Amino acid sequence: MPTIEQPAMNQALDAWAEQLIGYAAQLPPGKLALVGLIRRGDILARRLSEKLRAAGCPALCGALDISLYRDDWSMKSSKPALHSSYLPFSTDDMYLVIIDDVINTGRTIRAALNALFEYGRPAGVRLECLVDRGGRQLPIHPDYTAFTLDSPDVEDVVVHLSEEDGTDSISY
Amino acid sequence: MNPRKDLLTISSLSDEDIHTILDSASAMKDIFTKSVKKVPALKGKSVLTLFYEPSTRTRSSFEVAAHRLSADVTTFTVSTSSVVKGESVHDTIDTLMSMKMDYIIVRHKNSGIPAVIARHCKAAVINAGDGAHAHPSQAFLDAFTIREKYGTVAGKRVVIIGDILHSRVARSTSVILQRLGAKVAYMGPGPLVPPEKHTGIPRFTNWESVFEWKPDVIYLLRVQNERIDTPFFPAQDYHQAFGVTGERLRRIDDLDLAIMHPGPVNRGVELCDDALEYRNSLICNQVENGIAARMSILYHLTPQTPVHE
Repeated sequence: MPTIEQPAMNQALDAWAEQLIGYAAQLPPGKLALVGLIRRGDILARRLSEKLRAAGCPALCGALDISLYRDDWSMKSSKPALHSSYLPFSTDDMYLVIIDDVINTGRTIRAALNALFEYGRPAGVRLECLVDRGGRQLPIHPDYTAFTLDSPDVEDVVVHLSEEDGTDSISY
Repeated sequence: MNPRKDLLTISSLSDEDIHTILDSASAMKDIFTKSVKKVPALKGKSVLTLFYEPSTRTRSSFEVAAHRLSADVTTFTVSTSSVVKGESVHDTIDTLMSMKMDYIIVRHKNSGIPAVIARHCKAAVINAGDGAHAHPSQAFLDAFTIREKYGTVAGKRVVIIGDILHSRVARSTSVILQRLGAKVAYMGPGPLVPPEKHTGIPRFTNWESVFEWKPDVIYLLRVQNERIDTPFFPAQDYHQAFGVTGERLRRIDDLDLAIMHPGPVNRGVELCDDALEYRNSLICNQVENGIAARMSILYHLTPQTPVHE
């Protein structure tokens, strides 16, 4: 399986943070919040928020568990423990950026949007992902992706992040 | 957690199941603070509460839990059902199967009835109390409340006080607390507390021994109404011997102990009025946590009713 290793991932995360800083510059101050989808989107959001803070462009950061909003819930017989969503700010009038590791069918993002709108009425929502692997089943498209692995040859994409998996890599 | 259709007892669960349900209960509780206190997890699913014994708290707690998961709830109570017209449990099961319910929450005065229903129905069956046998959802909310208060259940010392022998709450709650690493003791009127050699649980019959045992939590059981003020059970005598009196409350306060009770409280029997206002009373937390724990239980069970036909 081809692999994207840590140096390339680091570079991509730096470029991603740069892009977010550019986006923040267009917004009223204090209105940007990153919302990572648990688990790996959450880890990426925290890393990006750390990079933004270091660059003097702080953004709020939260985490969202979308399990209770999945549309394949009743087809699954075994369900893992839920994680607590953590949005330590009002989403009203905020510009939210949903952060996830891989976008595929778009169903996770549909669930995330439904979940988010039960917290309030954000001024805007963007979607940014580490990897776009194509295969969309819904009219949902990311505003930014670090890597596009949308090819018929790609059967699976596995993202490893050091906080969860001990190493940073993308295998495909 | 592994696929599981029913929740009948705590003993039937693995350690992983217990931890998964408790962990998810924390996430469920977060929903209560959102502007929309509802999630679509059980949308389109039907929940039936089937109570052959009177209950306000447990039944409404399950109903609120089901509503917050977006399920449709139907209530079936003994006084309004055909049971009073002589319908047997087996006939009721046939009726329930025809109704195509996804979840059935059962309370019955006889032990084992929820298990019989579970065996015959494709619906997920939750035991909401059967005789003196088990009350697993109460056990979960108790364990969750202690974990929330202290950060962990392991190593905590909980004394359960009252009519242990006839209490399904005592039974289920002591099982879950011990599984999670707590130490449990019993205290109550001699004939109503099982001997230690049968349960392995220390047995006391007075408050002095309770204080010497150094508990963290004082868990009072409700005295069953039918036993109060009978010649064998004068309320005032019970309160003096086994209840939290004003004097005992001061000692509990000095020692910083928590008080729990499954509700509803008989004022002046298990607890004096001041005990209900006590700063370390977890009784209201238990009610709130009951909804979160029951949401988690409903979420993790898997009915065998068809999903797509």
